[in-house]
Amino acid sequence: MSDTTVLLVDDDTDFLVQGRLQLEQLGCRVIQAGSRREAVAILETTRPDAAVIDLMMEDPDAGFTLAYQIKSRYPEVPVIMTTAVTQATGLSFEKVHGQEWIRADVILSKPVRAAQLKAELERLLGHVL
Amino acid sequence: MYSELETLKLAVVDDELGIRLGVSSILADMTMDIPDVGCRIRLQVSSWADGESFVGSLDSNVPQIVLLDSKLPGIGGMEILEGTLSKRPDVVTIMITAYATLESAVRATKLGAYDFLAKPFTPEELRVTVRKAIHHHVLAAQARRLMEEKRTVRFQFISVLAHELKSPINAVDGYLDLIRNRMLGDELASYDGMIERSSLRIAGMRKLINDLLDLTRIESGQRIRNPEPLVLEDLARAALEGQENAAREQGIRIDLTAEPGLSIHADRMEMEMIFNNLVSNAVKYNRPGGTVQVTLSRREDQVEVQVTDTGWGMSAEETARLFSDFVRIKNEHTRDIPGSGLGLSLVKKLSSLYGGSVEVESEPGVGSCFRVRLPFQLSSAGIGGAVLKETDHG
Repeated sequence: MSDTTVLLVDDDTDFLVQGRLQLEQLGCRVIQAGSRREAVAILETTRPDAAVIDLMMEDPDAGFTLAYQIKSRYPEVPVIMTTAVTQATGLSFEKVHGQEWIRADVILSKPVRAAQLKAELERLLGHVL
Repeated sequence: MYSELETLKLAVVDDELGIRLGVSSILADMTMDIPDVGCRIRLQVSSWADGESFVGSLDSNVPQIVLLDSKLPGIGGMEILEGTLSKRPDVVTIMITAYATLESAVRATKLGAYDFLAKPFTPEELRVTVRKAIHHHVLAAQARRLMEEKRTVRFQFISVLAHELKSPINAVDGYLDLIRNRMLGDELASYDGMIERSSLRIAGMRKLINDLLDLTRIESGQRIRNPEPLVLEDLARAALEGQENAAREQGIRIDLTAEPGLSIHADRMEMEMIFNNLVSNAVKYNRPGGTVQVTLSRREDQVEVQVTDTGWGMSAEETARLFSDFVRIKNEHTRDIPGSGLGLSLVKKLSSLYGGSVEVESEPGVGSCFRVRLPFQLSSAGIGGAVLKETDHG
């Protein structure tokens, strides 16, 4: 069991269930939140080793706001953003990236596979899970 | 009313100095009020003696209106119209022709000229023609703006729709992947929960597609509406029966209080949509052991359907956006409740279609109260045709 703690944020219960299973399978400890607001409350007292967060929650860009909040408090904590909408909407992350405040380390399209999540987490954490 | 003073650029292209000077001085201090848009227009006139210099100027300075001589020494007016100006549909062109022959008028119009002016013309003829062109330009610009806004709204709708459709697919896909990889071991029963959730997500998606089709039909006016006299209490009872099982599971009591003799002349399916959405929401978003109170009453020339629940309630900020497409109030109490996010949007559109209204009062932690008001009894002359059609576009 690794001592990596991952904050998992999604407003969709099914993705919380699946993400938790995937992360626990990797030996991570999972703290989950169902909204940006809940996640912010958790961040008050807890510093996770990494965060996996959904983009569209209470607001269409709740994930961006949360990424900003995580990074301003814990700049070194890697943030993986997950979303179902990239291609469908033509939402350009490059353009949004141009505005300085969006600081997710990587954006993954849903559904996120266990192997993909493992590879990204190991790369960002710099150690094997 | 005419608070906005807008300056439009007008170019006159003619090799005759007299025409250029005349047009410039006649139009120089002309202003025009456009009541439809509420703005006042004045013109800034520039003049060009030949087609080449006018075409060259278009790179840096595009006029909204061009008075263009059809016969110019070098490149002719018709050629400019056919070439450069055909790529600029936002420029309104008035052709100046030496002889108002039918052929030249037809040709110019075919090439996209808005109007033409035959030489020699009086100052009044010039003003009338230019006024028409200004009016046309302003209305066309406004139409383009509205179209652009409509496209933006549509894009936002499609974006959210894509998200709402992809989420259940991704959830089911995710479960299938976990099952495929035997995440919980080889025992099939371990996966019952995942299979159950997958079925629920698929059911939710089916509901979303159906609601979306209803919404589209209502908005496009494609749905064939069959208004008939309907007893309000019957509609309410049918909706209550539909929610009986869901209510029983949660220990929720539903009460109906109905003033006798209330009826409405409306399409049955549309009324069922209103009642079903209100009652199922009141059950879905209630607390275990809560109550739903449905009250039917008459308010002057309207009937009021009031549905009160003892659920978790909403903040003012949440109720403000509640009736928009795809809005679902998400919090720890509502997270697992399936819904398309279109139900109340449908209720609102249907209510206003019948000349009625919907409103909500809510208190966090106490519950919510929805009130739909509909015209009591329309005379048969007002049904189906004129009245509904009019409000349809309102």
